[in-house]
Amino acid sequence: MTLTTTAVLVPLLPFLGAAAGLLLGRRAPGFVRPLAVLPTLAAAALAVTVAIGQGGGPATDIATRLTPTGSIPIDLALHIDGFAALLAVLVGIVASCVQLYSTAYLRDDPRYPSYAALVSLFTSAMLLVVYTGDLMLLLVGWEVMGICSYFLVGHYWETEAARAASLKAFLVTKLGDVPFLFGIFALAADAGTFRITGILGTVASGGLDHPTLIALLLLAGVAGKSAQFPLHTWLPDAMAGPTPVSALIHAATMVAAGIYVVARLLPVFAASAAALVVMAVMAAITMVGSGLAALAQDDIKRVLAYSTVGQLGYMLGALAVGDRGAAVFHLISHGAFKALLFLGAGVIIHAAGTNSLAAMSRMSGLARRIPDAYWTVTVGLLALAAIPPFAGFFSKEAVLGAAEHAATGAAHGIPGAAGWTVLVSGLLTALLTAAYATRLWLLAFKGTGVEAPDHGPQPVAMNAVLWVLFLPTVALGLAAPLLPGWFDGRSLAPTLTTSVLGTGVALVGGLVTYAAWRHTTALAARTPIGVVVTDPDAPPGLAEETAIATHAPVYGSIAGAPDPADPGRLLLGPLQPHAAVGFHLDAVYSALFVRPVRAAASLVRFLDREVVDTYVRGAAATPRWLGAAVRRAQTGNVQTYLGALLAGSLVLAVAAVLVATGTGA
Amino acid sequence: MHLVYPAVLAVLLFCTGLYGVLARRNAILVLMSVELMLNAVNLNLVAFDVWLRDTLHTGQALTLFTIAIAAAEIGIGLAIVLLVYRNRGSSDIDRLRDLAEQAGAGDGDPQPDTTAEAAA
Repeated sequence: MTLTTTAVLVPLLPFLGAAAGLLLGRRAPGFVRPLAVLPTLAAAALAVTVAIGQGGGPATDIATRLTPTGSIPIDLALHIDGFAALLAVLVGIVASCVQLYSTAYLRDDPRYPSYAALVSLFTSAMLLVVYTGDLMLLLVGWEVMGICSYFLVGHYWETEAARAASLKAFLVTKLGDVPFLFGIFALAADAGTFRITGILGTVASGGLDHPTLIALLLLAGVAGKSAQFPLHTWLPDAMAGPTPVSALIHAATMVAAGIYVVARLLPVFAASAAALVVMAVMAAITMVGSGLAALAQDDIKRVLAYSTVGQLGYMLGALAVGDRGAAVFHLISHGAFKALLFLGAGVIIHAAGTNSLAAMSRMSGLARRIPDAYWTVTVGLLALAAIPPFAGFFSKEAVLGAAEHAATGAAHGIPGAAGWTVLVSGLLTALLTAAYATRLWLLAFKGTGVEAPDHGPQPVAMNAVLWVLFLPTVALGLAAPLLPGWFDGRSLAPTLTTSVLGTGVALVGGLVTYAAWRHTTALAARTPIGVVVTDPDAPPGLAEETAIATHAPVYGSIAGAPDPADPGRLLLGPLQPHAAVGFHLDAVYSALFVRPVRAAASLVRFLDREVVDTYVRGAAATPRWLGAAVRRAQTGNVQTYLGALLAGSLVLAVAAVLVATGTGA
Repeated sequence: MHLVYPAVLAVLLFCTGLYGVLARRNAILVLMSVELMLNAVNLNLVAFDVWLRDTLHTGQALTLFTIAIAAAEIGIGLAIVLLVYRNRGSSDIDRLRDLAEQAGAGDGDPQPDTTAEAAA
């Protein structure tokens, strides 16, 4: 098989698997699991083949004309360079892990067939986005991911939270997608082609007429998809979906699509200094805000969701300082360890029977019940906090190094302000990241109180997947010297200054949180709020669904819990209640968009009911009155009718005579 | 004989018949009045036939047709009147108004929309 055939098969196999799964799901339940797992596994293997075949060499670029459109044609184009090849490997591996994990996690779920098919379809769409060389095809994959995300977030649609979250995810990402579409059209109109290579060629020759406008339009779509401020609010709520979905969509792949698009089109953004500064500021606000919010969340998955938002901020920051190698490196290492963390969180939620950190901190021995999850999640959190020698350290240092490079003015064409913004907020976020990672670990695994419930050993499929993802989490950093050959050639090795600074603030964050925890943990026994309402024998999916549905009734909020033993409460001080609700951004959206839309809807309702309907009713009432008046003449007396007939005949006869004799008219 | 005599007689007969049809209550008298009107026409036909000296005598021939049809009509009419009388015990023509729309029944809409025009 040539490289092209293999590359075409990579997105095609999961797509066929999804189609077959949707068609056969009901009739042949025995085939659902193989149909879900095997195509994804095969796609992952083929993606590895493609990556080996590509080998970091020059990009493969192949296209056939799909349709002439009259102006700018649409091509079925394939563009495989180092970025695409490596990212496809990540997507394939994470998707395979998620599919395997789901077979155990949702083993008793009645909607498993459609779930697995949607995950396959989602994987296929993401692989299409990664491999495509044409912006229109990219948009197709982009939108398919959006709709799959909507269905998968709403998988537990019996719960109110999941229904609301799926709608919110869909609407907020669409809010960004509309400007994104305009941006693509504007870009294609300026460049005269939808092909990415063609567009980059135009940019290189300076042929782009409106770089700032296009970059900002595209950035809006990226902010929606990659959950950047101010369109990030859907991601924490999307945690109402099943854990494997959070791992696949909301950590490793879909949110990465936005970053990947910017990486692909980085020269377009770099053509406008204003766009880079906007990107840097956006990334900085996202990073710091999400770090603070993560420190106040009670739901373990929401902590991870906010941390995803923050890590995506790092990637966008790296792009804002013009280093897409660092951004994609962080994307890949983050994809691996965040998928691990989410899947581990699924195991923790199942074992603890709750998703609340406050409840877990009043439970002892949780780590002993789930040793596999304990060790892998610990390493995952170390990677997240960028402690050497794990993968997160190398990729985050690459980002910080690039920012420092730009801040000192060494990077050509990048505003120094963008560099400083990213560097300072990056270091601040490193502190916050270490703090909330430490808090998560201490509350989940170092609780004191009653013994954690015993659910027996976790399914093998779930534990095995954790160890598979454990490998890149530990070892991906070693690949740092090899990666520049695949990317733009810029070194990704950590520099001394940023390494010392980054690791230093991370250690400070971790130690401060530990000290705060030592101080507050004594309070835990005095405030018994850890309620576990889940049936001890419930399968993992059901346990999680119950935990999500009961969090708000038990703790008064879906995000936070009034727990005085929470070290985050001590650290954040008066900021805590605001951070728990994501700094009231949802309330702002409610005031800015929801209420005006509701008011407009009630106005339309009034106009329809009171104004339009009045005309309709009037049009019907007038003939009815006329009919009633005419009906009076209908007495039923034949002689009256005959009299009227005679009178009419006489009038007609007289008129006819007058007309005939010419005296009338 | 001048034409005016039979013509005036026919007019008188016709008007008498017309009055009977429009004013009498008894169905049989109404039928008889119809006969009067028909015979007024017959008289006209015969009179004009003579006055025009028509060699084919179409007026007289048509009169024979009219008489035959009138006989058939009165037969059917009397049969109907008889059946109506048997069914209802009355043959008063102004009480036979079952086909008229009953007052109030056809008004349909229980809430006549009197304010609609004003609100518009």
